[in-house]
This record gives sequence, C-alpha cells and structure tokens, in this order.
Amino acid sequence: MQLTEIRIAGFGGQGVILSAIVLGKATSIFQGAFATMTQNFGPEARGGACSAQLVLSESPILYPYVTKPDILVVMSQEAYVRFGSDLKDGGIMIVEQDMVRVSEVKPGIRVYGIPATRIAEDLGKRMVLNSVMVGFFTAVTHLLEPDAVRKAVADSVPASFRELNLKAFEKGLEHGMLALTDPPNPAEAALLVEYAPE
Amino acid sequence: MKADPKGVLTGIHFMDGDHACCEGALAAGSRFAAGYPITPSTEVVERFASRVPTVGGTFIQMEDELAASIALQGGVWGGAKAFTVTSGPGFSLMMEHIGYAAMTETPCVFVDVQRGGPSTGLPTLPAQADMMQAKWGSHGDYEVIALCPNSPQECFDLTIKAFNLAEEYRVPVMFMMDEVVGHMTEKVVIPPADEIEVVPRRHTHKSVEDYLPYGTNGDLVPEMAHAGDGYNFHVTGLTHDERGYPNMTPPVQDKLVRRLQNKILNAVDRISMFEEEEIEGADVIVVSYGITSRVAQRAIEVARKQGLRVGKLRLITAWPFPEKKIRDLAAKVKAFVVPELNLGQMVREVERAAAGKAKTFAVSHAGGGVHNPDDILKVIVEATR
Repeated sequence: MQLTEIRIAGFGGQGVILSAIVLGKATSIFQGAFATMTQNFGPEARGGACSAQLVLSESPILYPYVTKPDILVVMSQEAYVRFGSDLKDGGIMIVEQDMVRVSEVKPGIRVYGIPATRIAEDLGKRMVLNSVMVGFFTAVTHLLEPDAVRKAVADSVPASFRELNLKAFEKGLEHGMLALTDPPNPAEAALLVEYAPE
Repeated sequence: MKADPKGVLTGIHFMDGDHACCEGALAAGSRFAAGYPITPSTEVVERFASRVPTVGGTFIQMEDELAASIALQGGVWGGAKAFTVTSGPGFSLMMEHIGYAAMTETPCVFVDVQRGGPSTGLPTLPAQADMMQAKWGSHGDYEVIALCPNSPQECFDLTIKAFNLAEEYRVPVMFMMDEVVGHMTEKVVIPPADEIEVVPRRHTHKSVEDYLPYGTNGDLVPEMAHAGDGYNFHVTGLTHDERGYPNMTPPVQDKLVRRLQNKILNAVDRISMFEEEEIEGADVIVVSYGITSRVAQRAIEVARKQGLRVGKLRLITAWPFPEKKIRDLAAKVKAFVVPELNLGQMVREVERAAAGKAKTFAVSHAGGGVHNPDDILKVIVEATR
C-alpha cells in the first residue's frame, strides 16, 4: 500500500470519526500496515461539521496530517463544498448521494455514490450508515482486504449492534461491487448507483 | 517489580495519545488522579475516571488546578502512585505545587498536553511552548525530569517510564505531550503485565527509631515511610533538615537545595533518553522532540536525497538537558537545526551547550499547527553551507 491520504467528512452523528477508526484499525491491526488518524476539533456536537483525516501506509507514518487527499468521503453538502476541491488529481470521491449534490468534478476524478443513510434505515437503524459507507469504501477503493475491515467493524461497535453493523458493511460492499462493474461517468457519477429497497 | 495485571489492558489497540497516556498510568500502578479537565488533555482523565474504579482506585475532579496539583501529592503521601493532567493555562496554575513536589521530594507525574499560548491561546491546537516552564516555572532552584512522546505508543510506554523515574528519583516528572500527539490515533500495543517493569516506592526498611525522613546515608535520594506503619514524618515546603523539620539556616538550605539538584544532574546519563540516526559524518544535526520530530524526519529524508549529510537527534528526555551530548556533537558538526512549535525555547539550550563550536539555527513556529516540512528543509540547506 502506497502512502494514501484520506479525508472523511460530514455531520457530527453520522459516524464520521468511527468510520475513520474502523478503517485505521483494519489497516494497522488486521492488515499489518500503518495508520494515523487525526480529527478536526471544533464544536462537533451532533449536527455540526465533522471531519477525520487518515493516513495509511506500508511503512511508518511521519507527517500525521492530510495535505491533499487521494480519497475523499463526503457525507454532507457542507463537507463537499468545503473539501471537494482539495482532492488530488486522479483521486476518488465517495459521496452519500442523498446528502450531496455533486456539481463540477475535475476530469480524472472518479466519483462513486451510495444512499448509505436510506440503506441503513431499511436495515432498521440509521446509526449504521457509517458501516454501509465503510463497506462501500472497501469495495470501490481496493485499498484494504474486506476481511480486515470486517474484523475491524466487529471490533469497533457495541456487541449488541455487531450483527447489524456487519450486515450494513456487507450491503455497502455489495453496492460497491455493483458500482465498479458499471464504471461511472464522472459528471453524473453520484447518480449512477441505482438503489432499490428490498 | 512487574505491573499489576489488574490495571494492564493487554492487547493491540487503535487508540489516541491521551487514552494511551491513561493506560500507561494504570499500567504503571497509578490508582489516584486529581484533575481539573482542560482541552486538549481532557480525554486522559475522562478515561481514567471511568477505568480506575474497576481496578480499585479513585479520580477526583477538583475545583481548580491548584487543588488538583496538591491533592495528588496528598495521594502520594498516603501511599498511592498519583498524577494530574492539564494543559498550558492549568500548568501555569500548578507551578507553586510543582515546586512543592520538588522540595518535599514527592514522586508524582504532571501531564501537560501542550496547546497554543500564552494565556487561553489555542485550546484545540498544538504548541510546544511550555518547555521552559516545565523546567523553570516554579521559583527557587530545583530539577525535574521531562519526557516528550511523539506517538500514542510512546504516550503509553513513556508514561510508565515517567512514573518509574518519579519513584526512582523522588521527583515530579513532567510529561510533555502536545495536542497532535494527544489527539492522534494509531496502533498501540500494550504488552502483558509480566513484561512491564514498574519501580516500586522506595520504602524504608529501617526501624521506627532509626528512620530519618530526609536522611540519605550518602545516596542522594531519601527513602519514604509507609503511611500508617508508625514512622514519624513531617512534610514541609520550608527548608528542612534530615528529620523533615523546618531549619532555615544557610548551611541546611545549601545542603538541601544542592542535593535536590545533584540527585538529578549527577544521573543525567542514566536518565537521558534520545534517538539518534546517521550522526556519524553528519554536517548538520536536526534536534527535535515530540510531534515536531516526526515532521522534521520528512525534511531530513528529503535533504538526504539531495545528498546532504544530515543526522537526527530526537530528545525523548528534554530535562535534564543532555548538555554533554550536545557539547560532544558540537565539536564534530557544522550546525544544529532546532525546529520546535515555539519561538525559540530548547534551541537556547542547544546553543548554550554548543558553546559556539557549532552554529545553531532555530526553526520557530508560533503554534496552532505543525511545521511545513519544507520550512525545516530550507534551514537544513542553509545550515550545511
């Protein structure tokens, strides 16, 4: 794994920080590489802006901050507006497609969208939307072994919600696979993944 | 002595530096903390408050930092290993009692998760501007030990070390974290309890009749009595004799204060910890500590790729300052480059120890973020000329 900079951003309460913890844990504990996570501090109560930065690498990480993300996960319009233009050329943007309207995208940037919140609600708990997102991330980025991330999900959530979170993870993963088989057109990418509730 | 398994959360964790510091304290055997929570250190005591009752200890949230910094010393004299946690504004308020701990030789740990100052400054953003305060903040002549972790793993490992040094030298140990290290999350490996060495309190084995609370028998560190075992002892911030009684005469003052200094200064080589890399044949040595050491490493690696001969000296203990180490290196190199998140603190120590034999370049930063590695690189290039 090359040095990869990731930013995950959204509202407080969407599980932004937990998503970063799960991915960092998958990398550093279950996949034997290195991960450093930092988070932006501010008035980040539920509903406020919230962002986490994650640096992953095959070798020990020195500089702890993200300068130009290779991957950007945005779960709110505010986060998209604020961080959208920071993405590295050729980078990957992952959006919560019901929450974010993607406007201009620089050529070469791949955009993948998923209605993570709706999927989570259909599973019975909105709270697990971050596990849906993490599953989707795992599929579309090819950065981490799905099994390492699965273990990290199981290890990071309360026992009573483990099964539900794992189910959410698998849903996200499936959607990601689907998104990959149908390569997105950057301009409209966020709308490409059709969602049919079961 | 091995750690008590009850306090050791053995396993591999993805944990931030604040939480790792708390786990280090628990592993070291700390069962008491008094604190007045302040950003960016709050997570240390937040975790301690929830964890310590499960291992048979106590956390008290005090009314302010003055109270916290003296309550912890009451805990120590009652038999506990104790610490407090704060950041700049609280650290300033604790200075009086850091002097008290130095004077009464109370083994304890003060954790300072540094943020931007002066005053309220930048509550949620980093700095390394309390480094001189850690050494000189209280009045009078005294020595402390100060450690500077640069990762969550070190927040765990070195917190144990901080408690061990406090016990070994009966001195307040300053644990100088910074906001980045405190809030950064990385893998932290907590070994089994039987692999963790902890230093027990230096309890006296003398009889009640023979015991002198500040008698040293040639050693520079006196033994403590176990509270409740029938020993007479008296603890005072006044200048005191071997019995612990106030004796405010110049000879007693001279003997006491020199011993407080010498017990640390004579042991610099044993206390000092640093990490060196490519020192041999270096033209320039970058001296750094805490989070800045990681940022500087990036600059060092780029400089080496450009063919420059750059060595690294990372201070793990900032105090006592490794003066002899710097003096010896100064004879061999052109210059030292000292990046730090302040406008020039430890760089003065480097310059003083180098005594003109090598040039000293500061790379200052007022805090609120970390250096851009390019800024450090520029000064490295300048220093090699």
